Amino acid sequence: MNIQAANDTAATRAIVEVEGIGKIYPGGTVALEGVDLEFPTGQMTTLLGPSGCGKTTLLKIIAGLLEPTAGEVRINGKPVFGPGPERAFVFQDFALLPWATVLRNVAFGLELQGRDKSERETIAQASIEKVGLAGFENAYPHELSGGMRQRVGLARALCVDADVLLMDEPFSAVDEQTRRLFQEELLRLLEKEKKTVIFVTHSIEEAVYVSDRIVLLSPRPGRVNRIVSMDLDRAGLSADEIRREKLFLDTVEDIWQTLKQYLTDERMNE
Amino acid sequence: MSETANPSEPAPSPAFVLPGTVFWRIASVCLLFGAWEIAGQIPISIAFPTFFETMMALFQMIVDGRIFEAYGDTLKPLLIGVGISGVFGVIFGITMGLSRGFQWMGEPIFIVMQAAPMAALIPLVTFVYGIGLAAKVCSVIILAAPIIVLNAYKAVRNASPSLIQMCASFQGNRLQQIVKVIVPDASPMIFAGLRLGVAAGFIGVILAELLITPTGVGDLITYHRSVAEYADMYAAVFSIMLFAAVTVGLLERAEIAFFRPERKKRKDNE
Repeated sequence: MNIQAANDTAATRAIVEVEGIGKIYPGGTVALEGVDLEFPTGQMTTLLGPSGCGKTTLLKIIAGLLEPTAGEVRINGKPVFGPGPERAFVFQDFALLPWATVLRNVAFGLELQGRDKSERETIAQASIEKVGLAGFENAYPHELSGGMRQRVGLARALCVDADVLLMDEPFSAVDEQTRRLFQEELLRLLEKEKKTVIFVTHSIEEAVYVSDRIVLLSPRPGRVNRIVSMDLDRAGLSADEIRREKLFLDTVEDIWQTLKQYLTDERMNE
Repeated sequence: MSETANPSEPAPSPAFVLPGTVFWRIASVCLLFGAWEIAGQIPISIAFPTFFETMMALFQMIVDGRIFEAYGDTLKPLLIGVGISGVFGVIFGITMGLSRGFQWMGEPIFIVMQAAPMAALIPLVTFVYGIGLAAKVCSVIILAAPIIVLNAYKAVRNASPSLIQMCASFQGNRLQQIVKVIVPDASPMIFAGLRLGVAAGFIGVILAELLITPTGVGDLITYHRSVAEYADMYAAVFSIMLFAAVTVGLLERAEIAFFRPERKKRKDNE
């Protein structure tokens, strides 16, 4: 286990940069204010914060699904104003087409690109195997469990071969056991795929377990409060060993103290 | 929304549901016909024949071909009216769902048409279209169209925002979004509207045949009532009810077979 300095990550080139992002919803709710962040290539960064801190809003702004009220998002140094091929989104509610088979759902991104059927099915098949769904190609979403549906969502995102994976609370709708297994598999998969991942969660444990960096957002309006770098050398450690590591437990505790402070402050303000 | 909108809903246990469903359906029909037979035997009115008398009269009408002749007349305005309402109603409803302008233009008219007792307008139709086929087609349309339009409109308006966002995140254009996501997602409700519209079309055509000029099934009903052949009159009424129910049932089957592969699979497994 080694703990590296936070500025080590800053040396890595940032593939996604957000600068001065603000979002005011119609009706005047300020969801985000002055958010500046860099997401280094090849790393897993988690946006963590209490509900209503604007973490999903920030992720959707990065995805180009929501327009910011202020600021800009840059991918590889170029400002972007909508969804693009370099980013793929994994939805909290899976967003699968109920009338389409697993194979068609996984290939849907390629179908929208107008790729030919046999080509997209070959790519989708490989992606289905990567997420461990081989044999379920012709199943429909209603026949799958929550965890399996999210694998379909993940396979669909992998299929389009985007550099950046944006995951919006991908495990929040699956049970705890499935969630843990899925987290482990996700880490193994991402090690091979070398993607940059921006992950939104409200689970501290999940954030600490899967991330290289954790961005803590403060509630209403969402601002970057702290960035915690987690350089846990996971190699050679089992999932359970990682969860028992002192660094892991200390970081969870440290983040909890910060979040608890937000909640106490909020209660005092009420 | 339909069951397909809720993928987390577990499929009913097939071994238990099917024999139960068939049993209760048959029981329901037997109960109705039994009550009818008893009511006719009492008799509750001299103008109320028993179930068996009615069935005999129906059999007689089938043997001498009167019923087929009558349906030949009735089906013409019905098919034309339902065809026009179905095609243009669905197209107009979808357009209303997609465009605010069309919504503002169409919504008040169709809501008034749906809420108002349109049957009261049928005598007015004769002033405009006379007593021929056009007047009868028009009666079918004014009864069938509003419900088809409003269902298609609401179905499109309620299409899953999450699926639309998913389509956008994979850079689907507006046309792809409509064709591949919105319309398929709206189709259960569009079909529900079509079934209700067809049922309303039956009301329209029979009203037209009773109120405008007695032809077809309407003529069978009117004639046999006037000469006090109540069994024949009820046979005609019974036949049109059965015909309407079967048509609506077939429409549902066609929808599942051609448009909802996931429901077809579920049904096949039962």
